[in-house]
Amino acid sequence: MPEVVEKKDIMSTYLKLFNENIDKISVASSPIINKFRNSAIQDFEKKDIPSKKNENYKYLDLKTAFDNKYNYYFNQSRIQVNLDEVFRCDVPEMDTESIILINGWYGDKINKLQKIEGKAIIGSLLEAAKQYPDLFEKYYSKSKNLEKESLVSLNTAFAADGIFFYVPDNVVLEKPIQIINLLISEEDTFAQPRNLFVIGKNSQAKIIICDHTLSASKFLSNSVLEVFQEENSVFDIYNLQNEHNGASKVASVFFNQNTKSKLLSNIITLHGGVVRNNVYVNIDGEHCESNLYGLYLSDKWQNVDNYTYISHNKPNCTSNQFYKGILDDASIGAFNGKIYVSRDAQKTSAYQANNNILLTNDAKINSKPQLEIYADDVKCSHGATSGQIDENALFYLRSRGISEKEARFLLLYAFTNEIIKEIKVEVLRDRINNLVDKRLRGELTRCNSCVINCC
Amino acid sequence: MLKIIDLHAKINEKEILKGINLEIKAGEVHAIMGPNGSGKSTLAAVLAGREIFNVTKGEIIFNGKNLLEMPPEDRARAGIFLGFQYPIEIPGVSMVSFMKTAVNEARKYKNLPPYSSSDFLKLMREKIALVEIDSKLTNRSVNEGFSGGEKKKNEIFQMAMLEPTLAILDETDSGLDIDALKIVSNGVNKLKNKDNATIIITHYQRLLDYIVPDFVHVLYNGKIVKSSGKELAFELEEKGYDWIKNEKL
Ligand SMILES: Nc1ncnc2c1ncn2[C@@H]1O[C@H](COP(=O)(O)OP(=O)(O)OP(=O)(O)O)[C@@H](O)[C@H]1O
Ligand SMILES: [Mg+2]
Repeated sequence: MPEVVEKKDIMSTYLKLFNENIDKISVASSPIINKFRNSAIQDFEKKDIPSKKNENYKYLDLKTAFDNKYNYYFNQSRIQVNLDEVFRCDVPEMDTESIILINGWYGDKINKLQKIEGKAIIGSLLEAAKQYPDLFEKYYSKSKNLEKESLVSLNTAFAADGIFFYVPDNVVLEKPIQIINLLISEEDTFAQPRNLFVIGKNSQAKIIICDHTLSASKFLSNSVLEVFQEENSVFDIYNLQNEHNGASKVASVFFNQNTKSKLLSNIITLHGGVVRNNVYVNIDGEHCESNLYGLYLSDKWQNVDNYTYISHNKPNCTSNQFYKGILDDASIGAFNGKIYVSRDAQKTSAYQANNNILLTNDAKINSKPQLEIYADDVKCSHGATSGQIDENALFYLRSRGISEKEARFLLLYAFTNEIIKEIKVEVLRDRINNLVDKRLRGELTRCNSCVINCC
Repeated sequence: MLKIIDLHAKINEKEILKGINLEIKAGEVHAIMGPNGSGKSTLAAVLAGREIFNVTKGEIIFNGKNLLEMPPEDRARAGIFLGFQYPIEIPGVSMVSFMKTAVNEARKYKNLPPYSSSDFLKLMREKIALVEIDSKLTNRSVNEGFSGGEKKKNEIFQMAMLEPTLAILDETDSGLDIDALKIVSNGVNKLKNKDNATIIITHYQRLLDYIVPDFVHVLYNGKIVKSSGKELAFELEEKGYDWIKNEKL
């Protein structure tokens, strides 16, 4: 079988990359991170890059993305991004310090860790591992379900830097914090940011992550984010994905929720060639609430794939998933949502909905709920729809003098609104509304005040 | 203003309009009555440009323009308004942005500059008062969760906003309580002038007490089989449609 041979070849490229650089990576890193590397690379080798044979990756083409010669930054990149010149994102009329990742490395070389509102800490993951080893060790690579993704093992094997965010107990951060995740390089580049967030007991925080590509090279990014929510914490995370169509990304997020914690995650995918979002939620305390939203607007040959896995392990928790997509041209999307309810998780409420509009006959969506329920007193629902624009509504609008083009736009925009309205940060909601407006009109989705070319 | 000549229309190979002839002049009110399924809504939809109906024969001339060549939006901008028998709910599209887009597209068509936000809101307030619609409704998504009567009032509100030359009201009276019926009729009467015309599709003579028609037509099996003055409505109310069917046979 020639295909297998070929795939082994792709894999050996990454193993070789590891073997040739492991010493260099380890010396610069911390023992807490290093101790996971060997078992991680073995695990990756055993499980391989997910192919379409893997049920959960059936509709995603990762092979093409991985089968390319990439440059890899083993040091904080030499690329200087002068933010005042290139990137004046004013979404955070909220916080003055914007946190930047460049090709997976923390952007600020001098202030590697900073205080937020005098209480929380944000900055370089590597620096945090060195400065706060005890805290770091308590959480790093401790998420449930990490072993389910071979690409997480690949990330763990190479993990060098990323964002560390720590909110101690009883701290409520008023302003959202924005993380700008940039890919920029003259050469095709592979980046693997590793991020770790801890939201302490009774604490509250909001994070906005904006993913951008700043140069036309091919990119592959394989990121991992672990989030630990302690008792009674509230965490909102918004991810705006706006990379060019020559970029491929696999973003795996692991939420670990403790008693009475509340989570809101909203992933908005505007551009990106291949996008795979893995969202794992592990509910390990009672009276938790998890809200997962997603919106994907795709066209051309884009391949956008959302996978969720919610594990209800304790009673009296509620999870709610709502993903919507508009697919144009020959784009292919998938939504695969798994809800697992353990035998002890009585009085669980778990809802899931996925609605799609297909604008052409070539566009495809594969929507698949997976329920695995072992408790008997459970409220569960799931529903998936895919269809065209409502012709009756279209005629109604046109009969009032609205052009067909504008009427279509209004209906599509309205369709996205159900997800956008769940953005609790007003300035961000306005901005995303504006970007979605441009995206649906086929214009560049560049923030007004942002000087960079996202796509 | 409007001239319909030998109009035939089909849907799914089924002929529904079988040779309609009708002429309407400025300043007139025409009522169209007829049994269920006779083709009244189909005629209204064909006038508004609904593409699922296939016009196989005939002509519609509206103020010198060949209506059948125009897409629905151009017909609307040229002054045709259809009050829907079943108004459509459009979640997520606010009444304000809907009406603002519609009004400004019509202005663009007439080479007028778009309304500023404040001028537009002023216009909205005026029309809300004119048709006595609850202003809370205009803060919601288009028809979403509106009651049957509220949807009908909303049609009249949209008509007031767009000031059409020819309004076609398809059973706007069904589902209205007596007070609402008066309000809606009042709205229609206030908007009436010597330069515009109205087609009222209804099953009930009652509405015609409020909006007095110049002509009453009976549409039966895809054809206008009888046209007369407003007294025809009384006769229909009394005797039903059978005598006309029999007369025809
Ligand atoms: N989309 C459609 N597909 C198939 N048949 C249709 C369609 N729309 C209308 N018809 C048929 O065309 C005929 C005329 O319908 P129309 O709605 O015009 O009647 P109407 O006179 O308005 O009736 P009513 O008084 O009940 O409102 C009916 O037999 C109806 O079933
Ligand atoms: Mg009808």
